[in-house]
Amino acid sequence: MNWDWEVVEEFLPRFWDGVLVTCQALLGGTLIAFTLGLVWALAQRSNLVWVRWPVNAVTEFIRNTPLLVQLFFLFYVVPEWGPSMSPLATGVIGLGIHYSTYTAEVYRAGIDGVPRGQWEAATALNLSTAVTWRSVILPQAIRRVVPALGNYVVAMLKDSPMIAIIGALDMLGEARFFSAETFQYVEPITLVGIAFIVIAYPASLLIRALERRLATY
Amino acid sequence: MTWGLWNNWMLPGIWITIQVTLYSAAIALAVSFTIGTARTSRLWIVRFLSGIYFELFRGASALVLMFWLFFALPIAAGWQLVPMWAGVLALGLTYGAYGSEIVRGALAAVPTAQREAGIALNFTKLQRLVRIELPQAWPEMIPPFNNLAIELLKGTALVSVISVADITFSANLIRFTTTESAPIYSIILVMYFVLAFLITRGMRVLERHAKAGVGKAPERSGGLWSKLSLRRGRSEAAGAITAGGAR
Repeated sequence: MNWDWEVVEEFLPRFWDGVLVTCQALLGGTLIAFTLGLVWALAQRSNLVWVRWPVNAVTEFIRNTPLLVQLFFLFYVVPEWGPSMSPLATGVIGLGIHYSTYTAEVYRAGIDGVPRGQWEAATALNLSTAVTWRSVILPQAIRRVVPALGNYVVAMLKDSPMIAIIGALDMLGEARFFSAETFQYVEPITLVGIAFIVIAYPASLLIRALERRLATY
Repeated sequence: MTWGLWNNWMLPGIWITIQVTLYSAAIALAVSFTIGTARTSRLWIVRFLSGIYFELFRGASALVLMFWLFFALPIAAGWQLVPMWAGVLALGLTYGAYGSEIVRGALAAVPTAQREAGIALNFTKLQRLVRIELPQAWPEMIPPFNNLAIELLKGTALVSVISVADITFSANLIRFTTTESAPIYSIILVMYFVLAFLITRGMRVLERHAKAGVGKAPERSGGLWSKLSLRRGRSEAAGAITAGGAR
């Protein structure tokens, strides 16, 4: 085992670039996953069978197939029909869509958890469907699923290095390129591995704290 | 697509994917039970060490660990793992950490009276664990283990990046040679889905047996959708262990 701090020093500037890209991917992916997940969850509750069934089938399919293959699909197949995207954009969309199928389940559980009385009260007050959802159901549903959503952000963080495989320069991507150029493998990859733990551990502590706080309501 | 590529790469690739899934599931299961029971230990040092394992491997990314085992370990340690075993080990160790939370949770859910009965009957700690707690906790573990097994199956696609010739690797190769990407990626997505479906069916059989073993009736499944649905158990928001593994 020979650890060379000079290699670390040499790698650090690129590492920080990688951290930035990972954060961008995570932020973009989270935004897509949170909004699209809500869309799926509402569509799954639709009264129309031809909305409910396809959405159920599609989310089930996306959730049970590998993200890596989905990224390949987005990166190599989609440009044949439509626009070609940069690796990072592909990664953001891939992560977002994949995790939206998980957040959909989370939202669904949250909506199911809202007591029936709340629906009845909204009906009794003659609130329209839109207002019922916006001001009665969703605020209560989302509040109780915030920790679960946070868990998926951490999960997404840990899946984000997959975007390096399609060529995005996130933390792992930078480490791969650096290693290929300098033949120094130990330091960059170890550094990236530690970085993931260093980010994920406090994040999960934060979520646990959040869970305790919100549980009192 | 030519049949030569299909027969020489894709069919063996399916078998490799199944092998990687089974081997890493075996490692993950062993790790889950070891760490899961260690985390309920009375000795603080055992709890502490197993807790460190859990937090480390839950926080680590499986892909990064795989890269580390494949590229960095040979240089750091001077010996090399066969690519497939580097992949299997990385998957087994990370998913084992998620699985340990399932085992711990299920053990904690065994009614206290059962444990007290074991104490009253003068069972040793090990006897209590093996004869009373684990048999009752086991049926409760199967639905979350089912979900974890599907996540593991999805995770096996990662071994393709360290040049193990699994389904995804073969698909990349076929895309390279035929330059037609749409059919092959669509086909392998369906393949993974079918494999996940088979896992679910197998796990349901296992669950029925396990529940019968402790004298419980199997859960009635609802409509068509719940029969076709691959994920089991209560909502994932309720705090069950998931994918990239939350909590």
